Amino acid sequence: MLNRIVKAKYKTMETSLISQEELLLEFENKINAEQKIEPLDWMPDEYRNHLIRQMSQHAHSEVIGMQPEGNWITRAPSLRSKKILLAKIQDEGGHGLYLYSAAETLGVSRDQYIQWLHEGKAKYASVFNYPALTWADMGAIGWLVDGAAITNQVSLQRTSYGPYSRAMVRICKEESFHQRQGYEIMWKMMEGTKDQQEMAQDALNRWWWPALMMFGPHDSDSPRTSNAMKWKIKRETNDHLRQKFINKTIPQAELIGLKIPDSNVVKLSDENYQTSDINWDEFWKVVNGNGPCNEQRLAHHIKYHNEGAWVRESASISNPK
Amino acid sequence: MGNTDTQGELWEVFIQSKPGQSFKHAGAIHAFDREMAIENARDTYTRRGEGSGLWVVRSKDIVSVTPNEEGYFFDPSNDKVYRHPTFYEMPEGVKHM
Repeated sequence: MLNRIVKAKYKTMETSLISQEELLLEFENKINAEQKIEPLDWMPDEYRNHLIRQMSQHAHSEVIGMQPEGNWITRAPSLRSKKILLAKIQDEGGHGLYLYSAAETLGVSRDQYIQWLHEGKAKYASVFNYPALTWADMGAIGWLVDGAAITNQVSLQRTSYGPYSRAMVRICKEESFHQRQGYEIMWKMMEGTKDQQEMAQDALNRWWWPALMMFGPHDSDSPRTSNAMKWKIKRETNDHLRQKFINKTIPQAELIGLKIPDSNVVKLSDENYQTSDINWDEFWKVVNGNGPCNEQRLAHHIKYHNEGAWVRESASISNPK
Repeated sequence: MGNTDTQGELWEVFIQSKPGQSFKHAGAIHAFDREMAIENARDTYTRRGEGSGLWVVRSKDIVSVTPNEEGYFFDPSNDKVYRHPTFYEMPEGVKHM
């Protein structure tokens, strides 16, 4: 976040001369001209609040997402896979930090964001409320969960808010390793013993629907989509992105002999598949806090945040400002 | 908001991708001192050899002007078109100019 010394001086001048309507018009012209909005630019409160919610949810998701994978570090089947998993989880932490610092440019402190998470006022991606039960889940998470995230994030590289867009560009560069390492795990297992194949199929069965749910409700049930699209925070709708992901992923599954757990998959054309509708009752149940691991994920974060308080305190005492 | 901040100060991170190139803003990190700031910047922004050089500076020490203020702030130089090489007339056929 850049400081506001110069801003303050000119801001006074500016707001006294320009009305809210003119500012809004200028803002929307900028958006329509595909120019990025920067932290100190004037923006409508609604735009700022949408970003505060969306970017902090995104940051929290990266960090909470470290938990299901962290569960498998000590049990990774080889040194190679352990090193890869560690590097991937470190990346997720890094992505959380890119996003927190981008979100802080909206004028909310990191402490505040974390407090909202702990109070349940801010959410994170529901997909991380499912448990990682076997090693194959490391494959399914990388391939499907990171794959879905990439689909969304590639689109968000073109978001209208400058710091968010730049964070997305950085993250997308790193994510393709994540998806590839996951798909490699699935492929290796499908080339392995019958037990390993069954384990991989079981992981796909459990992660397929939660991955599709990551794109959020149908556009018709997504009340915030319209302003987010108008102001180019989101560039593509939930349903559109979900369909993109489905079309990419089904051939990937078939290539290594996995079966999509949906008996209604129909190939409409070369790269276009029709699937069953999502179980929205389950979606809302997990979003509203009643998934298999909601309590555990949040409790874990709160515990380690609190247990780390002495580290932050001693760092600030030994290094006075 | 943020009165209870226990996360250290905010620092801006600049990366030079190759020797000889300009440093480019990459993002921000939190740290309590200069050493922690440069190490956190390394761990956060250069996990894949993104840079040969790294700067960190306390965000509060940066003075900035934004596009909104462009009109007021850059006025003094905008009318000096003779600063641009294209302003000058050149005789036909002149070379290496």
